[in-house]
Amino acid sequence: MSVDPEIFAKVKEALIDALGVDDDEVTEEATMVGDLGAESIDFLDIVFKLEKSFDITIPREELFPDDILTNADYIADGKLTADGLAQLKERMQFVDLTKFEADPQVQNFGNLLTVRDLCSYVATKKA
Amino acid sequence: MRWFWVDRFTEFVSGQSASSEKSVSLSEEVVDDYAPGRTHFPSSLIVEGLAQTGGLLLGQMSDFKDRVVLAKISKSKFYFEAYPGDTLTYQITLGPQEGIGAVATGTSHVGGRLQAEIELMFAKLDDERFNNVELFEPAEFCRMIRLLRIFEVGVNPDGSPIQVPEHMSEAEKAFLRIGV
Repeated sequence: MSVDPEIFAKVKEALIDALGVDDDEVTEEATMVGDLGAESIDFLDIVFKLEKSFDITIPREELFPDDILTNADYIADGKLTADGLAQLKERMQFVDLTKFEADPQVQNFGNLLTVRDLCSYVATKKA
Repeated sequence: MRWFWVDRFTEFVSGQSASSEKSVSLSEEVVDDYAPGRTHFPSSLIVEGLAQTGGLLLGQMSDFKDRVVLAKISKSKFYFEAYPGDTLTYQITLGPQEGIGAVATGTSHVGGRLQAEIELMFAKLDDERFNNVELFEPAEFCRMIRLLRIFEVGVNPDGSPIQVPEHMSEAEKAFLRIGV
């Protein structure tokens, strides 16, 4: 899926600003946590910056589905259950969950989100 | 440990903005110990003063029940150093906020000259992981807020004065009854 260059440019600006990363580190493939070093409070910063930059409202749970990932009904042995995965896929249609589905360890979820996912998400909000 | 890096609040509009003052004095050890030979008030403590101003502004919105902590200094820019005899005027405006945190922007001025600009992020420690953790003892916290004159200058957006939260005034009364 290609990313709208205008959206990418603004997302990149927000990430550089919020995370103090270099221009060339923010690629479409970069993961937010693993590659860019985002911590939980940074996500809030990023959400605020994107809301301002794109004039959109971002309900926190749409980008960070903690309510699903910490719901005991959806977790077994540290993994998300089929029901949980279904909920997640419904909620986060902008993320490619194929890899995560193969081994849905809840602790791996944090490193799933890429810059491309973030751009796709913004595109859905702007549409 | 004494950790007041604001002398007093001069304006306080609940949920919106606050101003405070900090007078720099040579009687503060940090002024000449921080960088021996270059007497000045450390910029890190100006950040702390601005954070105390913003943190209390944010905390008041929940009657000081939220555990507000400084999570991130998003930006800070200092234009000149502050010296003994200077009075720093801090101004903080709350920006976007959400359940777990808030953004605040602020400035520091010395006699009308812009001395520093800042952007801060505050987080609220959640009940799940910090259950039963109290950052401040309520009676002591109330005393601190009184010392800073927040209840004297604080107003709601409609201009009505802010009140001492009931749980704090109860804690104060209980504290004063001890030993009676």
